[in-house]
Amino acid sequence: MIGFFWNVTLALAWVALSGSFTAWNLLAGLIFGYLALMVLQKHVPALKGYSRRLPRLVSFSLFFIKELFKANFRVAYDVATPVWYMKPGVIAFEMEAHSDAEIMFLSSFISLTPGTLSLDVSDDRRVLYIHAMFLQDEEQLRKDLKELEFRILKIMR
Amino acid sequence: MSELIVAILLLTGASFMILASVGILRLPDLPTRMHASTKAGAMGAMMTMAGVAMHFGDVVVFTRAFAIVIFILITAPIAAHVIGRAGYFLGTPLWEGTVKDELKDNYDEKTHSLYSGFEPAPESVIPPTHKKRDEDDEI
Repeated sequence: MIGFFWNVTLALAWVALSGSFTAWNLLAGLIFGYLALMVLQKHVPALKGYSRRLPRLVSFSLFFIKELFKANFRVAYDVATPVWYMKPGVIAFEMEAHSDAEIMFLSSFISLTPGTLSLDVSDDRRVLYIHAMFLQDEEQLRKDLKELEFRILKIMR
Repeated sequence: MSELIVAILLLTGASFMILASVGILRLPDLPTRMHASTKAGAMGAMMTMAGVAMHFGDVVVFTRAFAIVIFILITAPIAAHVIGRAGYFLGTPLWEGTVKDELKDNYDEKTHSLYSGFEPAPESVIPPTHKKRDEDDEI
């Protein structure tokens, strides 16, 4: 987070110093700031691993869009056809995420994919209760959720 | 060519929204309705916005469409979560085809506390190892 703050600050400095206030120049400033932080991150502990996050973020976005389409078509198919293929149920999912921000992102992304809806977190914050629409293959569902969680934590940590 | 892509994006977006509203009518209970309505609706809005951005091909329109998509992605899951949670804890009956419910046994209706099923002893709700890890995170 501190790395992103510095990236934006460097971009604003670039815009101010080069004197042209356009969106493209701001984008150029962001790219140059990113490159500068990439060089700096070895020497500043607070910035450690900052430049690694962008490729991870891009790969996560692509993965998430793919999952979103797949799951949406599945739900849409069940809504559009007269017979119910769904087997809904509430499952307890043990989380690796611990801080507030991690749990928030994890539960939001789980809610965002159709077919899974996060209901509540247990009081000791170890388990997330999820309403799932397709419980035909619970093992597979848990594996998919674990993969989603692993990818989110790789960006956050 | 780009006209065709715009048309496809707008039409699929609109059909996702139709499916979302059909889902509200057809699906049997509250959580499954939340599955259909909020997410398919958000998906439809996203595709419509992608079509709009592509049609105008302008930086200003693109950034606005991007901002709209981001705000939909932030708000949709929170709305779905809050409605689903409130409905569940108010005791809205689930569909009779529901195969399992792992939450029900762990919820205490009198104290409104929700257990994880991993508690070491009935007295301490927060396990000591977990508490320590939390403090580490904050530093």
